[in-house]
Amino acid sequence: MRSGLPRGLRGPQGVVTVLGAFALLLVIVLAPYVWGDAATATSVADRVQGPSAAHPFGTDDLGRDVLARVLIAARLSVLLALGATAVAVSGGIVLGVVATVLPCPLRRLVSAFIDILLSFPWLLLALFFSVIWGATASGAMLAVGFAGVPSIARLTYTLASSVTGRDFVRAARIVGVGPAGVILRHVIPNIAPPMLVNTAAYASTALLSFAGLSFLGLGVQAPGFDWGRLLREGIARIYVNPMAALGPGIAIVLTGLILNAIGSLTGESASKTPLRPRASKARARAGAGDPEVLVEVEDLRVSFPDRQGRLVERVRGVSLTIRPGETVGIVGASGSGKSVTAMAVAGLLGPEAAIDATRLSFQGIDMTAAPRAADRRRLGLELAVVFQDPLTSLNPSLTVGRQLTEVSRTHDGVPRAAARHRARDVLASVGIARPERRARQYPHELSGGMRQRAMIGMGLMGRPRLVIADEPTTALDVTVQRQVLRVLRDARRRTGSAILFISHDIALVSGFCDRVLVMKDGQIVEEVAAARLDEARHPYTRALVACVPHMGTDRTRPLPVIDESGGVAEEARA
Amino acid sequence: MSTLEFTGTTVRYGHGAGAHVAVDGVDLTVASGGVHGLVGESGSGKSTLAAAAVGLVRPVAGTIRLDGADIAGSSAAARTARRRVQLVFQDPYAALDPRMPVGVSIAEAMRATGRRLSRADRQRRVEELLGLVHLDPKRAGDLPSAFSGGQCQRVTIARALAAEPDVVIADEITSALDVSVQGVVLNLLRELRAELDLTVLFISHNLAVVRYVCDTVSVMRHGRIVESGETESVLSAPAHPYTRELLAAVPVMGEPFDGEEAL
Repeated sequence: MRSGLPRGLRGPQGVVTVLGAFALLLVIVLAPYVWGDAATATSVADRVQGPSAAHPFGTDDLGRDVLARVLIAARLSVLLALGATAVAVSGGIVLGVVATVLPCPLRRLVSAFIDILLSFPWLLLALFFSVIWGATASGAMLAVGFAGVPSIARLTYTLASSVTGRDFVRAARIVGVGPAGVILRHVIPNIAPPMLVNTAAYASTALLSFAGLSFLGLGVQAPGFDWGRLLREGIARIYVNPMAALGPGIAIVLTGLILNAIGSLTGESASKTPLRPRASKARARAGAGDPEVLVEVEDLRVSFPDRQGRLVERVRGVSLTIRPGETVGIVGASGSGKSVTAMAVAGLLGPEAAIDATRLSFQGIDMTAAPRAADRRRLGLELAVVFQDPLTSLNPSLTVGRQLTEVSRTHDGVPRAAARHRARDVLASVGIARPERRARQYPHELSGGMRQRAMIGMGLMGRPRLVIADEPTTALDVTVQRQVLRVLRDARRRTGSAILFISHDIALVSGFCDRVLVMKDGQIVEEVAAARLDEARHPYTRALVACVPHMGTDRTRPLPVIDESGGVAEEARA
Repeated sequence: MSTLEFTGTTVRYGHGAGAHVAVDGVDLTVASGGVHGLVGESGSGKSTLAAAAVGLVRPVAGTIRLDGADIAGSSAAARTARRRVQLVFQDPYAALDPRMPVGVSIAEAMRATGRRLSRADRQRRVEELLGLVHLDPKRAGDLPSAFSGGQCQRVTIARALAAEPDVVIADEITSALDVSVQGVVLNLLRELRAELDLTVLFISHNLAVVRYVCDTVSVMRHGRIVESGETESVLSAPAHPYTRELLAAVPVMGEPFDGEEAL
């Protein structure tokens, strides 16, 4: 049940595709036996007729039934298209995969060769090959096939290169698996799904290309006929009998659609359950919240659909309040719901999340509903979010300065020059040296710690009341972590903003926050003042504290670990 | 006896003006049966040093020897010899082929031993290794996605052990894991080291973890080793300012954050 096929076959798209493919197969196999006579029987009396009950697509200039000819041509057209696809795909895969495992200088050479071939339009290549092999059906098949090799090779090379750079391929090389083994065992299985989709897509392109070549007289020659040739015969009489030209056209389009549908079914994209947006609702009670409270969350529940589409509750009844200027930490293992809670507070959960809460508000703004324009502006200025990986949360194609000024310009209507000036001040305030120069650089030109500080700077461009920092230092070194925390703390002191700090490192949270919320399995199990963590009562909190090695941990004993019940498994294995 | 020895090892990426010296003349000895820590910030060259030891990058100068035998060269002898050094990667999900059952990944690593095992023997060995890392041997047929991060890391450790290595290089093996899972992996490493008499090069930027796991430690910065010695003495009386800076940055439970000299 691991292949994408059975799962993809469910649902209307799957059923239609299977029926279509089956019908096409039936026509290809049976048409010559059923309609063979009608397609070849010439009848001078019936020549060049329009559509009628006896001949739905009319007849050609020898009086043969066009519909029968279209159905019979299916076999040749599809087989030639598949043949061309086989040539293109096998050639492309061999060239692309071999290129990835070659030593560096040779690899560059082959890759450049593929790029040069790619710059020729396929039709030109096809015509070139037609000249070499002559205007025959098999010549055209090879021509269409070879014309597709460069693009398939390029795709394979790109996909395979992304696999060969991964750690598991390195691991295989370390144990002595050679290039051929790496290709067969690791590269091919991992590039197969996107390759299948592209093979199907190429098959429909080949079908069309073939029709084109035959139409131009370079493909199938009389007395043989494929759809392209029928199109060529029909087009001359399109004003007399439109169906003679449209018939083969319809056949090409339908077959192309079936091939594409098969491709998308075999691909991995089909195995994902489509996400349906779900209505979020707040069972909001009347009356404004406490003005002394910045964030109010009461009985927050967030569910996500799993692979089968069933809702799974990931946050189960969380209540918390954040007062202005407070630093609140949430700790917990991955999957405990701490990030989901924070993103719900920020209003950043996607449409697939079903949010349900008695109250979920930031400064009185209901975060379960889409914000009104005025609220959106306030949120843009007063709520800042810092993510774990600034390389993915900063836009790689815009300069750092541009991304900072965007905040002021969009939400505050600040003129460009003033915004630029402010961006420079903010970058300097987060400890970035030579801010003018850094503002003109792109995110990838900055170090990880600098990017994270720029991200914090982005939040400081507004008038932040709350900074939500979701594992802001997890990807960073300890020394850089300290710089980022220092910047966050200084920002809080300067602006009076509150901080919601999410981390799995309880030692870090204990030193940085006023209050700590401990989450487990979507619930807050304990809330404790950061300075009093050693007095925590809940066994899970105590376990979290105990399992972190520190500079005084006894080296002669195993570390305490958290057992399934969430407490400390004392002396797990002596 | 299995001593891993780097002498004057230098690794350079790129050519000409764009060249970057990632490891710059490193002398380092990982003593037989010991756990040697290697700490430093990202970009300090610690992972590159590990990659050089297992043959993923070729040093431009210096030697890497295992029990006196060269393992950095391109000769067949060096290639075979360096399979006795195995690497455990940081991100367990990236280090396992997502489309290969974990048992097959582990069996693949048995090639490094140079012995040809029958299917039944391989199966038995895979089950034995999974048991060794405290995973259910019946799960050999499962894909990595069926395991949690901590369990995946145990699978990658089992894979490294399948190659029957003399030296295991652990490259930040707990930094992608939750703190609560970190302990399980560290305990396992400790247990395996005692059971299998392994020599370990333990790369980490977490000094508390290094202190717990390692007997000796080297501090690396900008491709050079700046300080080396017994873990206890280096961490209690650091000689180099960078070591002191690293020590100051370790968050301590219950101690208020003080970042005064951080910037």
